[in-house]
Amino acid sequence: MSEMYSVVMNQIVKRFGPVIANDHVDFRAKTGEIHALLGENGVGKSTMMCMLSGVYRPTSGEIVLHGKPVHIRSPKDAMKLGIGMVFQNFRLVPNMTAAENIVLGEASSFWRGPNWIKRKQEEVEALARHFGLGFPVNRPIWQLSVGEQQRVEIVKTLYRGADLIILDEPTSVLTPVEAEQLFETLYQMKAEGKTVILTTHKLKEVMASSDRISVMRKGKLTHTLDKADTNERELARLMVGKEMAVAKSLESHSPGKPLLIVEKLDVYADHGRKALNQLELRVNEGEIVGVAGVAGNGQSELAEVLTGLRAWRKGSIRFNGGELHNGSVRGAIEAGIAHVPENRMKSGLAGSLGAVDNLLFKTYRTKERSRFGFLRTSANRAWTQSLIEQFDVKTPSVDAPVRQLSGGNQQKLLFAREIHQDPLLMVAVHPTQGLDVGASEGVHQLLARMRGEGKGVLLISEDLDEVMQLSDRILVIYNGQMVGELARGEASREQIGMYMAGLRESGEEQAV
Amino acid sequence: MSEPLTATKLSNSSEETAGSRRFSFRIELDPSRKDSPWWITILSVLLALVLCGIFIGANGMNPVTVYMKMITGAFGTSFGLTETLVKSIPLLLCGIGVAIAYRISVWNIGAEGQFLAGAMAATAVTVYFPGLPGYLTIPLMVLCGIIGGGIWGLLTAIPRTYFQVNELITSLMLNYVAIHALNYFVFGPWKDPKGMNFPGSPMFTEAQSLPLVGDTRLHYGLIFAIAGVLLYAFLIRYTRWGYELRLIGANPEAARNAGIRISRHILLVMLISGGMAGLAGMSEVSGVTHRLMYGISPGYGYTAIIVAWLAKLNPLALIVSSFLFGGLIVGGYSVQTIGLPSSISSMMQGAILFCLIAGGMAYKFRIRRNG
Amino acid sequence: MELITQLLVAAVSSGTPLLIATLGGILIERSGIIQLGAEGLMLMGAVIACITYLNTGSLGITIAATFAISAVLGVIHAFLCVTLRANQIVSGLAMTLFGAGLSAYLGKSIAGQPVTGAVPKLDLPWLEPIPVVGSMFAHLDLFTWLSFLLVIGMHLYIHRTSWGLHLRAIGDNPPTADVMGLRVQTLRYSYVIAGSMLIGLAGADMLLVYSPTWIEGLTAGRGWIAVALIIFARWNPVRALFCAYFFGALDTLGFRIQLIGSDIPSYFLKMIPYIVTILVLMFLGWRNRNKPSGAPEALGSPYIREQRF
Repeated sequence: MSEMYSVVMNQIVKRFGPVIANDHVDFRAKTGEIHALLGENGVGKSTMMCMLSGVYRPTSGEIVLHGKPVHIRSPKDAMKLGIGMVFQNFRLVPNMTAAENIVLGEASSFWRGPNWIKRKQEEVEALARHFGLGFPVNRPIWQLSVGEQQRVEIVKTLYRGADLIILDEPTSVLTPVEAEQLFETLYQMKAEGKTVILTTHKLKEVMASSDRISVMRKGKLTHTLDKADTNERELARLMVGKEMAVAKSLESHSPGKPLLIVEKLDVYADHGRKALNQLELRVNEGEIVGVAGVAGNGQSELAEVLTGLRAWRKGSIRFNGGELHNGSVRGAIEAGIAHVPENRMKSGLAGSLGAVDNLLFKTYRTKERSRFGFLRTSANRAWTQSLIEQFDVKTPSVDAPVRQLSGGNQQKLLFAREIHQDPLLMVAVHPTQGLDVGASEGVHQLLARMRGEGKGVLLISEDLDEVMQLSDRILVIYNGQMVGELARGEASREQIGMYMAGLRESGEEQAV
Repeated sequence: MSEPLTATKLSNSSEETAGSRRFSFRIELDPSRKDSPWWITILSVLLALVLCGIFIGANGMNPVTVYMKMITGAFGTSFGLTETLVKSIPLLLCGIGVAIAYRISVWNIGAEGQFLAGAMAATAVTVYFPGLPGYLTIPLMVLCGIIGGGIWGLLTAIPRTYFQVNELITSLMLNYVAIHALNYFVFGPWKDPKGMNFPGSPMFTEAQSLPLVGDTRLHYGLIFAIAGVLLYAFLIRYTRWGYELRLIGANPEAARNAGIRISRHILLVMLISGGMAGLAGMSEVSGVTHRLMYGISPGYGYTAIIVAWLAKLNPLALIVSSFLFGGLIVGGYSVQTIGLPSSISSMMQGAILFCLIAGGMAYKFRIRRNG
Repeated sequence: MELITQLLVAAVSSGTPLLIATLGGILIERSGIIQLGAEGLMLMGAVIACITYLNTGSLGITIAATFAISAVLGVIHAFLCVTLRANQIVSGLAMTLFGAGLSAYLGKSIAGQPVTGAVPKLDLPWLEPIPVVGSMFAHLDLFTWLSFLLVIGMHLYIHRTSWGLHLRAIGDNPPTADVMGLRVQTLRYSYVIAGSMLIGLAGADMLLVYSPTWIEGLTAGRGWIAVALIIFARWNPVRALFCAYFFGALDTLGFRIQLIGSDIPSYFLKMIPYIVTILVLMFLGWRNRNKPSGAPEALGSPYIREQRF
């Protein structure tokens, strides 16, 4: 019976220090199927797959491939066994060409003259064409779009002769149209007898693409089902562990007067690339404006400009009736702009410092927190204690390094700091990234509360569901411009997807 | 086609692993461990002593005798003890300087040059204003020493902030520039005309020298050093500026998000860092040698790097580590009597730094059994 | 004409140790490990070469001993940076301080003893007729020819071989290299060791050819100039050749100016290479402010496979 399964993982346990990522998981995938591994962020789906591809080693448990028990000790072992994985963060060397990336690690032919390179490029191109994956083979990776990079990744696994292909959250970086194309490729692979495993937390995708579905929750695999026997609603229940409250949108209310007016804004990214191009944006009081778009279309630069981290070249930003200082973080803080940055541990919090120092970030200059240049140490501790209680941050002590806190508690701490200043505008970038459903819900409530209090919120997120659920207006950013604006209720996924891909309703490529 | 081939390969490799698995261990980072405790530091220093013992043994000496000789030479007699204190003054001052720079990850290794710049600036006061009374000339020398060192520090900071130049290279290059500048002065314009061709400036007068403690060679530069440490400790812990430095040190990108201008801090910190080393240079010429002369520093600026690292940038630990390294330098001189070169102390310094890094990192790992 | 040839000869002879050290540094840094210990490695290479040559008189044994010691130091650096993931900057500093101290300690007994004729010159009279450079190429020593071969070899190695592709991959993106089946840690060890051996050889070359008497602190900051040269050369061996000779020329410039009989005190002339290093770095920083530096992207970051994201 094991013959029909290409992969069997028995009683897999994986610990990271004291944390158990996978707790006695049994997983099996049949030969020639598309198998979806469904679960929320952080339930251990990727960890499971990383053990299959040799990036991690299981703490205990057994992996059986085509009926033979195997020990996969390194990615090299996995490769030899015909396992290929497309990671969520692509494993590509940006300075090398697509072809070089694909042949990387190939032991044959020490000497590589121009002829060899040309031959390989042709080989790669032919393989890509066979599976309907097009990309320029001789350009460096950093010049390729995210979708193209993913195609390079897929061809890389195929080139090495993988018959088991794992894709980790493959559609999170794709527009809906690109996702459709990806599924076509997956069907083609399946038709050739390859086994495909994809991890995801998106129910719609699972129902659209897979044959069988395994659901993971809190490090355990709870159910494996045939797609035919289930539906989205049941999957949602299995994934979250309770009937998922149907995401209800906020009640619409009429927004107040304009708070932020951005006109004809030109911003250049590092290395002189133009990131924002004549961008127009308006946020009113008591309004959540969502910015949707594929990563790298100017979202980060927009957030940086509004919070003073980056200067703009042309155009104007008016905020609360006055001009915003160009490129002054302090100016933005004092004007009342709060910021929840993209990656909280990278730029929002200082991991080695305690809660007190992390909460002081933006207020240490005020006279409540310091006097004549000296910090009011004991007053600040008491203040920290009260904020921690108010926002329900779970931490061993106010001095414990914040990197020891869970992601949800870190985000609460960050929100405590930002909301405490009583800002007029909140710029929140991917505020729920990496959080579980409960913690995401908390973040959404905080944003909704700010809206209720008449503050403006600019929500920049790649999670389309989040944007659609919270926003009063949705703007779609493409190539540094707002290419579409949709009011609450009139927005559909398809339409947003078209805008995200830079297509107007007519389906024409927009002139850039 | 390839199926059976893979299968045989597989069974082979699985047997292999099954066999080795029983005895295999894995070493991995333990996330709960951060700063190593004091005993790791002591173990690391001991390890360094053992390693250096091998080289001493290779030289035909018994390492234990040599170490005993060094310890008694540095700490065993009242002369040795005061010498050790005298050496620890510049080490402590330079150590504060580099520690404050390392706090914000500015790798200033130019304390040596900043020390010399301070010494030259202080000597310039004695050369160009020879007749000033003591209550004027000493403060003026202190001021010039700090400014001289500070400017030398800024010469590193400006390329770093405005031209993205790696400060390690700049600060080190400036050490050599300072050495050549010093040589120019002591062999050239400032050479003592009555000095029988000795490469040094004229001897300082009483008014140009820091007062000594009793009959010893210990001078009141010690007060600068202690005051410097206390000030450093207080600033870091209790002031807004110190908070900003801690934040930059912990996460520069987050500090930028908090509205802190890092480049401005780098300039200020390098000014202070250089200033401390410059003060050390001033106190050395005014308190110990009483003249500017060729080879005035036995590498205080470099030793200060290790002093700061041993103390983990902690202000009070700086006092202890500078005292120990002062003793190491004095001990190095004292073993010359038994025929070992004094450079034994610089060899030991390097070995100690190596072992400190290794020990501090090794502590963060934990050995686990596989399976 | 004569003057140009003279300057060229001087630039090559003082630039060769810099070149070899820079090539070693490029090899190490291309693999993603910062190498700041060049000064210490060169000093150790020089002192060991001096001791062995004075004792044995054999160039082969001398080179072997230099390689052995540099390899040991390389292993230490690799152990700290790759296995223990220590701060690579501080490890390099420790290497410099340790090398300076140990070389002074070991070299005390041989200080001041001249070493002559250790490295043979290759006389190739048939090169003589080439204008300007001919007379120079006709009388170069073994190490200089070796450095030419190294430049060409390393250039082809990095850009034209599979191992070179691997080297670029582990320096730019070790997680990718790892999933592609390369042994990142092992490779990094090898490159750190190989590069350290080259830097040690640079020290030996400096002592045996350029400045044939051991004194404490013989290299006088040349190791650090080599570190700067890696940046000037943008991690490219062919550029390293030109950069090293440029600095070699600067190094001898002071001496030349003195010979002409200038009034400038020699102390200021000796500052030239150090000051020019800073100025060139500043110029490059200003010119490349909007451009990537060419440094390997993972330079300075240790790689750990079992990492939580």
